[in-house]
Amino acid sequence: MATKRKITTADKKPAPRPDLIGGHTLSMYVNNEPGVLMRICQVFARRAYNIDSLVVSQGRDPRFSRLTLGISGDPAGLSQIIMQCTKLIDVIHCFEHMPQDAVVRELAMIKVMVKGGEKRTEVLQIVEHFGGKTVDLTESSIIVRIEGASDKVDAAMRLLVTYDIVETVRTGKVVMARGEGIT
Amino acid sequence: MATKTKTTKKRKPKEQLDGAQAMIKTLADLGVEYVFGYSGGAALPIFDALETVKSDIKFVLTRHEQGACHMADGYARATGKPAVVLVTSGPGAGNTITGIMTAQMDSIPMIIITGQQVTWMLGKDAFQEADIFGITIPVVKHNYLVRETNDLPRITREAFHIATTGRPGPVLIDVPKDISQSPFTGDMNAEIDLPGYNPEASYEIDDQDIEDAALIINAAKRPLILAGHGAMISGAEMELMELATRLNCPVTSTLLGKGVFPETHELALGMLGMHGTAYANKAVCECDLIINIGSRFDDRIIGKAEEFGKNAKIVHFDIDPSEMNKMITPDVQVIGDAKAALKKLLKKVDSLETTSWLEKLDGYKKKFPLSYAKQGGLRMQKVLDEFYELTNGEAIVTTDVGQHQMWAAQFYKNSESFKWISSGGAGTMGFGFPAAIGAQFACPDETVIAVCGDGGFQMTLCEIATACIHKLPVKILVLNNHYLGMVRQWQEMFFDNRESGVDLEGNPDFVKLAEAYGCKGINIKRPADVRKKLQEALAYNDGPVLINAECVKTDLVFPMIPAGAALEDMLTERPKHKMAKPIGST
Repeated sequence: MATKRKITTADKKPAPRPDLIGGHTLSMYVNNEPGVLMRICQVFARRAYNIDSLVVSQGRDPRFSRLTLGISGDPAGLSQIIMQCTKLIDVIHCFEHMPQDAVVRELAMIKVMVKGGEKRTEVLQIVEHFGGKTVDLTESSIIVRIEGASDKVDAAMRLLVTYDIVETVRTGKVVMARGEGIT
Repeated sequence: MATKTKTTKKRKPKEQLDGAQAMIKTLADLGVEYVFGYSGGAALPIFDALETVKSDIKFVLTRHEQGACHMADGYARATGKPAVVLVTSGPGAGNTITGIMTAQMDSIPMIIITGQQVTWMLGKDAFQEADIFGITIPVVKHNYLVRETNDLPRITREAFHIATTGRPGPVLIDVPKDISQSPFTGDMNAEIDLPGYNPEASYEIDDQDIEDAALIINAAKRPLILAGHGAMISGAEMELMELATRLNCPVTSTLLGKGVFPETHELALGMLGMHGTAYANKAVCECDLIINIGSRFDDRIIGKAEEFGKNAKIVHFDIDPSEMNKMITPDVQVIGDAKAALKKLLKKVDSLETTSWLEKLDGYKKKFPLSYAKQGGLRMQKVLDEFYELTNGEAIVTTDVGQHQMWAAQFYKNSESFKWISSGGAGTMGFGFPAAIGAQFACPDETVIAVCGDGGFQMTLCEIATACIHKLPVKILVLNNHYLGMVRQWQEMFFDNRESGVDLEGNPDFVKLAEAYGCKGINIKRPADVRKKLQEALAYNDGPVLINAECVKTDLVFPMIPAGAALEDMLTERPKHKMAKPIGST
C-alpha cells in the first residue's frame, strides 16, 4: 500500500497557479465505507476551508473510493490539511495535484430558454465551438452538455450567460495524475 | 410435570457464542485487565457476556460515565496499556465525550464500547438512540459502528491496534444490541484489515533527516532539549538521558513530559511555558538550538509563535507528521518513533562544550527560583511541597486543572515516567480524582495522590463511592480556596479584578461529605499542621482518604506568561500596573 507522504518545506509554498474553480485540487483514495466522507469534511470545516466541488465514486477495487476535491482557502494551511486527512485511518492517501502534472476534467449541463430560432442558432453555435452536445431540445429550451477542463467550461458559461440560463449543473472536477504519477 | 426438568435445555448449544461473548473473549485475549463502565439497556448483552465468558477481566462500576473514561485514562497513563470503557447508548455514550476528548488531546490509548439501539431503529429517534459515531468523530483516533456480528472480534482487534500504536488515542466501538446478541458464526481470529494505517513505518527513520539534525546539533553552543509526552510514550528515557549528558544539554519538559527526564537532575530545568519555571523559559529565549523530542509545541508552551525560540534552530522529532509545521516550522524534522530516532541520532552526535551556557542557566535558577510566601496563611504550594518531601517524590500524582495543577507541576518534581497524570491538552476539570482511581487499580502498591481543586473535585466526586467499595487507598487532596482560582487570577490581572462566576460559595464540608460515603476525612487549616496531617493520611491505607486543605483564597500562580505573549514577557510576581487583556490565545 502507498505509504503516507511526508511534508517537505516545498509543500508549504503556495500552489503555483490556482485554476478557475477554487484554488486547489486534491485527490484522495479512501475506504469505501459509511461515515468516511464525514470524517474528511470535518477536517476541512474545522479549519475554515470550503469544499467547492466534490466527486466521490467507487474505485476499481470496490473496497475503496476515489475522491476529488476542489478547495479554496488559505494556501499556507493546505499542507496541514493534507496531513490531517492522511492521518485519518480511512484515508489511504491524499495528494494535491498541480494543473501541469494532472489531467483535470469536468462536465456541465446548462439549460437555456430559447424563444425563437435566432437565439437557438446562436446558442448551438457556441456549444459547437466548445465541442459540446445538445442533450435535450424542446420548443422553448435547450440543455447543452459541455465537458473539458474547468476553464473551458467557465469560458462557455461566460458566453452563455447572456442568454436566458435557468439552471446549470456541474459535476465538479475529476483529476488524474499524468504519466506514472499516482492520483 | 415431572418431565419439566428434563425439557429444560441450555439456552444455546455448547460453544455457540453470541456477538457480545465473542467481543469479551477477544478483549480477554488482548490482555485487558479492567473494564470501567456503567450499564444500561442497549449494552445488556455485553454486560451479560462479562458474566458468562470466563476471563480475568475485572469490571468496575463507576458512578458516572465520565468517571469511567477518566479511570481508564488514569490506568493507561500509569501503565501505558489501554483499559476499556463500557457504557450504554444515548446519554451513557454522551457522558463519555469529555473523557474521550481528554484522552484524544493527550494521546492516551483507550477503547470505548458503547451499546446502541438495534440497527433497524437507527435514524428513527428510538429510545436512547444517539449517533455517537457521528458525535465522536472529532474526538477519537478512530471509531466504528458495527453492522455485522461476525465483524466484532476483528473490529475489537483493530481498535486495540489503532489505539496503542503510532500516536496512541481513543477508539470507540458502537455496538447495536441486535449485533451483540446475535449468534456469532465467524472467525475469532480474523485478521485486522487497515490499509490506510501503517504505524510500523514510524520505526523507519530517514537517515538524511538524522544527518541534518546531527549537523545542527554538533554546531550548537547553547542547546536545549524539550522533552514531551511522545518521548515517554515511546520509552525513550535512556536515550534521552544519554543525549542530554553527552551534549551537556539542559532539559526542559512539557506538562505531560514531566518525569521522562528526572526533574531532580542537574541538567533539568523543569516545566516550561505559561506557568513553567523562569529559567526554562529564559533558556528557550536564549538558546541557539531547541531539540524537541515528542512535544507538539502546544500553545501553552510556545506563547507567541513568531517569537518562540527566535534565536534558535529547531529540530523537531515527532511520530505524527501532521505536527510538523503546525505551530512552529522546524529547521529539521524527524518523523518517527522518538526512541528509534534518538538511537540513530546518538550514533552521530558528539559531546558539546556548554559550560558557560549551563553556568548562565544556573544563575537564572538562583535568581528566579520557584518559591512561595511562607507567611499569610496556608498556601497550596506548601501542602504540595510537604507532600513531595514526605513521599520522596515517588508517588503517582494526578491533578485537575487550574492553579493547584500548575503548583503541583512546579513543586512535585517527577523522576520517573508514568507518575504524573494530568489533563494537559483538554484541560479537563474533574479529571484528577477518577484518574487517580484508575491509576490505583493499575498500581495497587503505589501511593496515589489526587490533587484537586474544590471546583474540579465537585465535578466527579461521586466516584468516592467507587474508591470506597474497592478500598482503594487514594489520597484525595482538595486544595480548597472556595474559588475557581485560575479564572479568578485572570479576572484580577486582566479584568480589573471584577469577579464573575468564580465564587464557589456553597461548597460542602468536604470531610463530612467523605465520611458520608464511608471515606476517611482530614481537615488542614494551619500551615503548622500540614506535615502531621499528611503523615496521617499517608499512613491510612484501608481505603480512600480525603484531605481538605483550607488555603489562601486569592493567591496567584507565577511565573506567568500571559496567553499569546512572548516568553520574554514573563511575569514572576504580581504586576504593579494594569495588564492588557490577552488576545493571542485563550
